[in-house]
Amino acid sequence: MSYNINNKGYYGEFGGAFIPEMLYPNVEELRQNYLKIMTEPSFKEEFHQLLKDYVGRPSPLYYAKRLSEKHNAKIYLKREDLNHTGAHKVNNTIGQILMAKRLGKNRIIAETGAGQHGVATATVCALMGIECIVYMGEIDIARQAPNVARMKMLGAEVRPALSGSRTLKDATNEAIRDWINNPVDTHYIIGSAIGPHPYPDMVTKFQSIISEEIKWQLKEKEGKEDPDYVVACIGGGSNAAGTYYHFLDNENVGIIAVEAAGKGIHSGESAATSALGKEGIIHGCKTLLMQTKDGQITEPYSISAGLDYPGVGPLHSHLYKSGRGEFYSATDDEAMTAGLELCQLEGIIPAIETAHALAIFEHKTFQPEDIVVISLSGRGDKDLQNYIDYFKL
Amino acid sequence: MNRIIQKLKEDNLPDGKTGKLLSIYFTAGYPNIDDTVTIIQNLEKSGVDMIEIGLPFSDPLADGPTIQASSTAALKNGMTTELLFEQLKDIRQTVSIPLIIMGYFNPILQYGVEEFCKKCKETGIDGLIIPDLPVDVYHSEYKETFEKYGLINVFLITPQTSDERIRYIDSVSDGFIYMVSSASTTGAKTGFGDTQTEYFERIANMNLKNPQIVGFGISNNETFTQATKYAKGAIIGSAFIKHLTNNGAETIASFVNPIIATEN
Repeated sequence: MSYNINNKGYYGEFGGAFIPEMLYPNVEELRQNYLKIMTEPSFKEEFHQLLKDYVGRPSPLYYAKRLSEKHNAKIYLKREDLNHTGAHKVNNTIGQILMAKRLGKNRIIAETGAGQHGVATATVCALMGIECIVYMGEIDIARQAPNVARMKMLGAEVRPALSGSRTLKDATNEAIRDWINNPVDTHYIIGSAIGPHPYPDMVTKFQSIISEEIKWQLKEKEGKEDPDYVVACIGGGSNAAGTYYHFLDNENVGIIAVEAAGKGIHSGESAATSALGKEGIIHGCKTLLMQTKDGQITEPYSISAGLDYPGVGPLHSHLYKSGRGEFYSATDDEAMTAGLELCQLEGIIPAIETAHALAIFEHKTFQPEDIVVISLSGRGDKDLQNYIDYFKL
Repeated sequence: MNRIIQKLKEDNLPDGKTGKLLSIYFTAGYPNIDDTVTIIQNLEKSGVDMIEIGLPFSDPLADGPTIQASSTAALKNGMTTELLFEQLKDIRQTVSIPLIIMGYFNPILQYGVEEFCKKCKETGIDGLIIPDLPVDVYHSEYKETFEKYGLINVFLITPQTSDERIRYIDSVSDGFIYMVSSASTTGAKTGFGDTQTEYFERIANMNLKNPQIVGFGISNNETFTQATKYAKGAIIGSAFIKHLTNNGAETIASFVNPIIATEN
């Protein structure tokens, strides 16, 4: 079985492009050009140059000695938190801004949940001198104030999404509506491995630099390219997609996903899509999503704004359904505890999204000789207020 | 014969009208949960030619604020797919104009596409408009099912749709083509400019096998007349929803009369 995308834009039965006709010309233009552009030598050169000099790649693969001792396995952390702007998101926005330029677009729109993708988009727009509009749910604007300020400082306009739950899902709806209303000059930089084909594949390929580096870095450290497990948190799933990508077809590498269980999977306040979701259509692709019996998309909940999304990228639905991936979910409490543990054992404050991946040790016991690579997808500066409130610091 | 096809063939109506069709969209379950049948009956009495019944969805991507708000309210009122069919079960005893259900694909997928089509046929629904079901997926996976239950599926085209794709959509369609007036989500604007007129003319000159009905941005007799100069008819949605918000389901003629009055 292949875990990669097929020529029709599907991962197994998931994916495709379920979009209103108004979006067809834009999405089709991208579909026809994205692979060609991504493989052009001049594109690759510019992309890799920026990742190196501007983002600061390669990000370190760090052997977490004390964390390893605590959990009795060989734990490596892939330090995406050390990237410019503080998370993996910038890998994708660098790629997409270069793509947008080659497609002749001069206006960028994006959606954001935690604000990390919004900041990463605003950053590359500033870098390229391109107009940037970021849609963000009104509730997220309130709980991620520092990132809102960052986007504004970077010259982006932050437009509140006032509909629905006023979080990531609704920000995505508003961005899509903007694209419908601005069909010629605008490129939509989707921040996760979701959306209509070719977005999940394009975002995954831009993020695949993560697993590409893991392979050679691990070879240097352990004398072999393949870990026993790769672990990542999943909201829409872009850091996970990038972390898994080069290991997808190597079944010796275990793929582990950790979703946000919120206050408990069955508490009614959760974002654990694989456990609670059913196949359907969200934001232009067929995938697993949380919905009512009647097909209405439900409001997710997580303490982490970046995981507070009712769907999961089609690649991940395929990994879940085929059994290739092991899916777990961590509650708010488990994630916060794991986040604090990393601070105290390794001196690294992780994003709350990332803290969910670190909570894997609550759910799975590894062998002492297992090499476990965890994607440390983002740093926790933006979450300080949440940590302060939670731990009464 | 399917009522939509029959209606489209009536070029010269007995009442002396020009044969230009007025289709009205409303969201089922709005403003009140039990308004569905009243609205349909009053629309027909007011002289409307065709009705699009909106099946509300939590995330209506192609819609602007007005229809989106009505969908949210309808869902809050308790509207479901099952309830809509229940409300419509006797509709053909009182209403004879074509009825179309307009809804997003996910609720239909969850109901079961075949089951949904079957229920439409039993209820007397003539067609469907599903904005996020792309024509190629429909063509390869669902066309047979729709046809088995005598349902006409209506596709959208926009000013950005290429001639080649319009021809393809025309070849897959067998009712009418829903011509989106401008690059936009739904919602009333003020009048059409030269860009729209050029687009209307371009499509009219393509001599498609299916007639076109214009939607998005039609709100009054002026825009209705402009749109139907080149097309077979026009659809009004958001402006009607606003009327319902302000006046309720009983006083529909006062909205419809001024729009169709000018074409007599």
